[in-house]
Amino acid sequence: MTDSRPVLTMTGISKSFPGVRALHDVDFRLFPGEVHALMGENGAGKSTLIKVLTGVYGIDEGTITLAGDQVAFSGPMQAAAAGVSTVYQEINLCTNLSVAENIFIGREPRRLGAVRWGEVRRRARALLARLDLDLDVAAPLGSYSLAVQQMVAIARAIDVRAQVLILDEPTSSLDAGEVAQLFRIMRQLRDEGIAILFVTHFLDQVYAVADRITVLRNGALVGEYLTEELPQFSLVEKMIGKELDALERLDEQPKRAVAAQSGGAPLVEVAELGRKGAVAPFSLRIHAGEVVGLAGLLGSGRTEVARLLFGADRADHGQVAVDGGRASLRTPVQAIDRGVGFCSENRRAEGIVPELSVRENMILAMQAARGWLRPIPRRRQDELVDRYVKALSIRPANPDLPVRNLSGGNQQKVLLARWLITEPRLLILDEPTRGIDIGAKTEIQKLVVQLSDGGMAVLFISAELEEVLRLSHRVAVMRDRTMVAQLDNDDSLDADRVMQTIASGTNREEVTR
Amino acid sequence: MSSTSLTSGRAWRPTLPRRHVPVLATLVLLLVMYGIGVSQYRAFSNVQVVFNVFIDNGFLLVVAVGMTFVILTGGIDLSVGSVVAMTAMVSAAMLRDGLPAGLVLVVALLIGPTLGFLMGCAIHFFEIQPFIVTLAGMFFARGMCTFISGGSIPITDGFWTAMSQERIGNPAGNFVSISVLIAFAVVLVAAYVLAYTRFGRNVYAIGGNPQSALLMGLPVGRTRIAVYTVSGLCSAIGGILLSFYTLSGAPLIAVGMELDVIAAVVIGGTVLTGGSGYVFGTVLGVLVLGVIQTLITFDGTLNSWWTKIVIGGLLFAFILLQRLIGIRFK
Repeated sequence: MTDSRPVLTMTGISKSFPGVRALHDVDFRLFPGEVHALMGENGAGKSTLIKVLTGVYGIDEGTITLAGDQVAFSGPMQAAAAGVSTVYQEINLCTNLSVAENIFIGREPRRLGAVRWGEVRRRARALLARLDLDLDVAAPLGSYSLAVQQMVAIARAIDVRAQVLILDEPTSSLDAGEVAQLFRIMRQLRDEGIAILFVTHFLDQVYAVADRITVLRNGALVGEYLTEELPQFSLVEKMIGKELDALERLDEQPKRAVAAQSGGAPLVEVAELGRKGAVAPFSLRIHAGEVVGLAGLLGSGRTEVARLLFGADRADHGQVAVDGGRASLRTPVQAIDRGVGFCSENRRAEGIVPELSVRENMILAMQAARGWLRPIPRRRQDELVDRYVKALSIRPANPDLPVRNLSGGNQQKVLLARWLITEPRLLILDEPTRGIDIGAKTEIQKLVVQLSDGGMAVLFISAELEEVLRLSHRVAVMRDRTMVAQLDNDDSLDADRVMQTIASGTNREEVTR
Repeated sequence: MSSTSLTSGRAWRPTLPRRHVPVLATLVLLLVMYGIGVSQYRAFSNVQVVFNVFIDNGFLLVVAVGMTFVILTGGIDLSVGSVVAMTAMVSAAMLRDGLPAGLVLVVALLIGPTLGFLMGCAIHFFEIQPFIVTLAGMFFARGMCTFISGGSIPITDGFWTAMSQERIGNPAGNFVSISVLIAFAVVLVAAYVLAYTRFGRNVYAIGGNPQSALLMGLPVGRTRIAVYTVSGLCSAIGGILLSFYTLSGAPLIAVGMELDVIAAVVIGGTVLTGGSGYVFGTVLGVLVLGVIQTLITFDGTLNSWWTKIVIGGLLFAFILLQRLIGIRFK
């Protein structure tokens, strides 16, 4: 931690949009050579603060000073030129261009108007060497993993003599190893004196890398803290502004007994289901009222398992039997017909239809199950929609609002409601809590418990081990597109053991064959 | 985790850069077709056969170069055939009225880019599909041809006939027309612009990901308007070359030419969704089309519609090839 003067100070920032006060009298400061986490729930004003800083939005009140001079940027380009660079969650680079070109395009060294390719590559190599990356700078960016692309984006950002580097949820699409890489680079840049503003939803990551934390809530500043002086639970309390009753009650619940259920005939029996290039053949039994967690790293085949089970991808091996019958699930229509629901991980691309209203989105699956020739009567629609808007506390509680106007957490709840309306016997939830705030997360977790108590079987997929362990009766572990283990979630099972299983791929003998 | 493990994170390391595969496939195809011609017909091995392919397709090549710019950004320009015809018509009509050749050239070369610029503006500012905007441009330009004259206008101007008849040859008696040299000049300039100027690199960036290009601070709008202007200019040059070749302007010439041009560009390895391709590939694509025509002419018994059938088959095969490479690319 440096004791020098802050490189960036934002004082008394207020920003309103029609009908909403997004920021009210917020102070924020950033010191050179620190990683500073900006925390808050969805809608707390993190994005607005960053956009105000980089000139995407104008400021209503307040001042920004950069290295002692008052500034007001007209846009991200001007901000970057002045030394405030942003790397967004989605990587904004062109995968068809080379690594070197992605770093320098728009400001290539030229002679008489001609790009000096040798110089471009030489400088790119030098810059990447500074980040301790050894890449073929002439190769197309698309031939590298997302994590590497993210680091190339950082290289592009710091090349413009950045004093301040803003990382807006850079880790959401990276797996654990890649996150470690990113953190190494963040620490290195910090040690070189760059001030890093870090936004993330993952609390563990904040404690792994941040020196200082600023918490926002409802557009107002809650406070600025040194990471070491703020325990994790008080951070969460400050973010949500209330005691952690709900979360703790879930935590205190004893491990959920499973013996009762596994005795009877399974609801769904998967036998050697697999698809070349996606998932190695796996077998799995899911009983009514049972929550089976699916753990594994990003890209280990979790989503592929779900898609195969639902029939969204065609299996080239094995079968799924429902109710002991031999009838297999080959298409989503069959799956829905047999009472299987699937909440996709990618809610924007595969789940929500943003232009349709909350009501239309909710009844979509039920209507599909009935067939389009038998419209659901309006009164029944209202009844159902009303019930689930209340049950899931979807806000705003207006069923005729286009879904795109809802926050991420509420969109997720609409998607959940869509499947709950069809009253499935097996619900597949793929990353239902990713990218949503902690309040909504808790509500969704509680809901999963309720549903399984009511006899619904749930396949719960999540990158967060704690969540999987908290909710599941049994945990199936994926590694390199193979189901390596199925572990009963008894007292002996904890995150460490699951991590070990993921890491080593042992426990093979426990795979049900 | 060390930096070496990151390097090994690359999807696959090809022995041959993937983006070169389509161009190389076209080159192999061209050589195979030429080999078939040489083995089947004795006269095919005469160098003049190759030169004639260039002479007959010089204007097509120039227009295809312009189209390459547009397709590289992920767009399409359906107006090129009509603009070629309109340029030839305007030149023929002005020459018929006795205007000096220099003035006619300047006017003829301005019409295409102006129309291209306007279409580019419509595409950018009103966010209309290029397909629709250039379809409108196509109808407009074709209509203007008939508006100028319902029938063919012969060109008797001295400069035009000189350009038409001038043969640049070697002592062995082989020759090319001036149009071929102009086409080569256009190809070289275009290849340089695409590889070495910021404008050229922006074209590739926009084709790769327009949203990213915008956020990286690249002048997306300006570049997009510029590629349609470039395509208009190339069509205008193509129109002049065509009028050198036919020494006339006819309202129904070059009908459907835009589709030949698109086929040539795609067979030449430029991906229709943008971001990948080379002018050199386009040259090969045009040559493939030309050699197919020549082969069918040499055969003598085949109907000329066979050209279309073969081009159709090839186009399909090349789009499949691109798709397969594209799938690997992900």
